[in-house]
Amino acid sequence: MKRSIPYFRIVNVVAELCMQANWQLGEDVIKALRKARKQEDQELAREIIDLILENAIIASTEKVPLCQDTGMALVFLQIGQEVEIEGNLSAAVTEGVKEGYSQGYLRKSVVSDPFIRINTGDNTPPIIYTEMVPGDEFKITVFAKGFGSENSGAVAMLPPAAGEKGMKEFVLQTIRQGGSNACPPLIVGVGVGGTMDKAASISKKALLRPLGDSHPQPHIARLEEELFQEINRLGIGPQGLGGKTTALAVHIETYPTHIAGLPVAVSVNCHAHRYATFNL
Amino acid sequence: MVMEGILYTARDEAHKKMVEAISRGEDLPIPLENQVIFYAGPTPAPPGKVIGSIGPTTSSRMDSYTPVLLAHGLRGMIGKGNRSRQVVNAIKKFGSVYFIAIGGIAALLGKKVCKCELVAYPELGPEAIYRLEVKDFPLLVGIDYQGNNIYGEDNYAT
Repeated sequence: MKRSIPYFRIVNVVAELCMQANWQLGEDVIKALRKARKQEDQELAREIIDLILENAIIASTEKVPLCQDTGMALVFLQIGQEVEIEGNLSAAVTEGVKEGYSQGYLRKSVVSDPFIRINTGDNTPPIIYTEMVPGDEFKITVFAKGFGSENSGAVAMLPPAAGEKGMKEFVLQTIRQGGSNACPPLIVGVGVGGTMDKAASISKKALLRPLGDSHPQPHIARLEEELFQEINRLGIGPQGLGGKTTALAVHIETYPTHIAGLPVAVSVNCHAHRYATFNL
Repeated sequence: MVMEGILYTARDEAHKKMVEAISRGEDLPIPLENQVIFYAGPTPAPPGKVIGSIGPTTSSRMDSYTPVLLAHGLRGMIGKGNRSRQVVNAIKKFGSVYFIAIGGIAALLGKKVCKCELVAYPELGPEAIYRLEVKDFPLLVGIDYQGNNIYGEDNYAT
């Protein structure tokens, strides 16, 4: 017996998630910021983190966006094979984003053509990633992806010989080049393996892991920790004005890859890490 | 430091339009002389509020347009991130100043805006030019009129 999900339920959940993501900073991020503040010894760095924490309280209390860049909506759907969707799924998600960005007084930051650049007026279309899974769950995650940080991302097709060292060098170079533009402190997602697009896709998945959770495989967890230390040793600091906190977390996701390749993708997110999940 | 006064928001598209207008000898929709531009596009104001959330966008995207505006009397700019060598030289030449606003504290900054008025290019939506009156608006001096740069000496955006 298939579980049936009505069209409007999807619209309403997506709309709520768009607003939640933009108003409510995750507890894991707040915890990481408080920990970072304790470790900072530069006064300006501490003040900046204090302002970030104060901003989070204002945003969630008054239901206003954490950042004025309420981002492009990345929507991740995990649909169980026992689930039946009533109606056009993509249309439901798109309508949900339109509703959420309107009801939540969120900014409309999407242009319909990358060259002609006329604002679509409703922050659609979203970017939708759909994964079919066994069972009857239906999980929706809305990730509001701001472009200050997105513009700092990069992909490299490394030779296999580059190895761990080559991967780390590329990540460090990417973060160094971004400097203050991605609004440090950052959350860094690295995707390694697959094809170019798969690496990029899993680098976004890496950003959606709760901060403080390391990768289950020991050699990847070690690389995450090493990169975390090395990125913070760059000394870029909060807002690029110096300090010990350049990254709040580094997560790596991997996928099997071709014998001739080592694709590495870096997705960067700022401290206004905005995503919300709901299980229908 | 904190600022009290008038700011005009302008981002990429508004800058492009203004520089094109200057090159055609047309009037600008806002006064430039001794004014301060804030590189920002706010979220829409909820009912009962003056403005939504507002914060700086990456200044270096406006670098190619900035020397022309400084030459036409622009006094100050607010954004985030470093500026190009050409902009730093123009800041020194025209005695202007570049302020930094902290990124990602836009709910907090929105509360420092007392008045917000759409004044030009409404078709640009969030990229339109808004005239803001602000009070207790926290800022850092990024690059002063002598070229002292908070991001370091001889350090430029590329």
